[in-house]
Amino acid sequence: MKRIILACLALGAFASLNVVQGQQPPATPPQPPPQQQSVVELRITGMGGAPKLAVAGFTPLSNDAETVAAAKTISDVLWDDIAYEREYYMIGKDAIATIPKHTSVDEVPLDRYKELNADGVVVGTVRRTTTGIVVQVRVIEVASGKSAFGKEYSGSVGNPRKFAHAIWDEMYKQQLQGRGVARTKLTFSSDRDAERLKGPVNRDVQEIYYADYDGANPQKVTNTRTLNITPTWSPDSQTIAYTSYRPSGGMGTFQDIVLSFINSGQRTTPANGDPQKQNYLPIWSPDGSKIAFTTNRDGNPEIYVMNRDGSGLRRMTNHPAIDVSPTWSPSGTQLAWVSDRTGSGRIYIMNADGTGQRVLISEEAYRPTWSSEPYNEIAYAAKTGPGFDIKVFSFATGDSRRITDGIGSNESPAFAPNGRHIAFTSTRNGKVQVYTIAKDGNDLRQITREGNNKYPNWSMEPK
Amino acid sequence: MRHRQFAVAVVVVLCAALGAGACAKKKPPVARPMPPPASTGTSANAPPAPPTPVPDTTPIPPEPTIKNDPLASGDLDTINKNSPFQPVFFSLDSFEIEGPAQQALSANAEILKKYPTWVITIEGHCDERGTAEYNLALGEKRALAARTYLLSLGVPADRLRTVSYGKEFPFDPGHEESAWFKNRRAHFVVTSR
Repeated sequence: MKRIILACLALGAFASLNVVQGQQPPATPPQPPPQQQSVVELRITGMGGAPKLAVAGFTPLSNDAETVAAAKTISDVLWDDIAYEREYYMIGKDAIATIPKHTSVDEVPLDRYKELNADGVVVGTVRRTTTGIVVQVRVIEVASGKSAFGKEYSGSVGNPRKFAHAIWDEMYKQQLQGRGVARTKLTFSSDRDAERLKGPVNRDVQEIYYADYDGANPQKVTNTRTLNITPTWSPDSQTIAYTSYRPSGGMGTFQDIVLSFINSGQRTTPANGDPQKQNYLPIWSPDGSKIAFTTNRDGNPEIYVMNRDGSGLRRMTNHPAIDVSPTWSPSGTQLAWVSDRTGSGRIYIMNADGTGQRVLISEEAYRPTWSSEPYNEIAYAAKTGPGFDIKVFSFATGDSRRITDGIGSNESPAFAPNGRHIAFTSTRNGKVQVYTIAKDGNDLRQITREGNNKYPNWSMEPK
Repeated sequence: MRHRQFAVAVVVVLCAALGAGACAKKKPPVARPMPPPASTGTSANAPPAPPTPVPDTTPIPPEPTIKNDPLASGDLDTINKNSPFQPVFFSLDSFEIEGPAQQALSANAEILKKYPTWVITIEGHCDERGTAEYNLALGEKRALAARTYLLSLGVPADRLRTVSYGKEFPFDPGHEESAWFKNRRAHFVVTSR
């Protein structure tokens, strides 16, 4: 079902040998039409600013409803995926709609795209087969008519969005050496099932979910009808660790860390909690071997680190104040966390052996999340008024900049694996919902809409 | 069906006319398998007239207070819906047990002494003004602070459990101080009796 067979066009190997290093020469003189089925690596560039891209979309090669719907979905989702990274100036859909639709990737009215000042045009087709669909895509340099990117995919028609995500991730890598996030997943907790915990006092149920980075295809991870919160992906995107409120033999509940292996459905509780030894807010080390978390086993919230199987337990903080909400540096050699040892919450930093504890960010700030290389920044929730705003601290400058706009309360930031986007929660539209935003504060997108959705966390690898 | 119901009604009316004692001694042949219609209340003064025989010779003597106490006899739901425990309230971003909180905890300690089998869970809750993650720890501090205070009043440790809900379950969903005040609390739930 998930199978998308990637079929490089015939001369893919040849093309990869012909990668032109460094800058591309400006538009080469028109050449004869590209050889049939050939792929020539070429980078779409703009004159000065961002290259102007016309995403002309995918033409269904048959009229059956499924193929037509798949072509439309792939067109729309690819548009959104490309626009998400803001590497290209996106030529308007209305302007593109005035151009007759291509009927093959080899016959594209380039003159018309030239009129729109497009540097590149993305065209594709969707063809029905007995087992599914074949999706062809080509990115053409308008000036030369040469193909800069060409791929063919075949797979099930069940989830056409996957084709668009795969196309953009590969195109982004090939054209701009970018690390796309189109196939990554967001996990979060949700009360969308509108169930209630039955107990001495009724409470809302929250279950763990994950969804595509744009919120599509939500999947339920837990079905305990209890409270499950703070999910985090293992770096290999195979396991989700979360805080679960587990029943205590008919005597109330306690918090413990549960690891849910997505593919097998297996679950473990490595921190081995009980009512006197509760564990919450698990965070994986970048190599996936360890989990940092908060526990009350010393009668006070303290940061601990354990191996993912529960062995090698190590206490990291020892202070009567609150210590909570750890995050690992990209190299795994440091941890940042929140302590209120000076009165209100501040973000601290320490070495991974617990030494060198010091304040990192001097304003009132909570819930740090460290981005991956090369950005090496920390996003956090800063107290900016009645609520919170997301800010990003840069180790390079030692300064923070505000990302969100003061509307509602904005919390629980989580970096995308490429460090260019932040998922967070906001109450700006009433309920608590997950949003994403570019780390410069542009391109706010609402990801969840059903129920309340909290504690987003972004998978590091495509899943 | 209709006939049987009618028959029951007749028997009930007859019983009422003949008097309770006669009815109780008799074996009403038709009404026996039917559930009692319970049309007349079963108050203490009313003559007991249900079709099922009721031994009413000895009036029930006044029970010791513990039996009249719904908290002693009720199930956990009933107990917690009519909770005798006072919540303990906190200042913003604080887990300090202040004066009114000490009084509430002293009263709660008395209740725990009165019901020596009860095990309670102290839930720590926070208002919406802290972040969700930090509030998990703050709620824990509040629950632990309340627990420590109860321990100091002589309540055994094995009767006091804690759990933090942070700001997941506000008691008042409002967004003003009157709501926030109610939400910054340690809440007491009987989890075993």
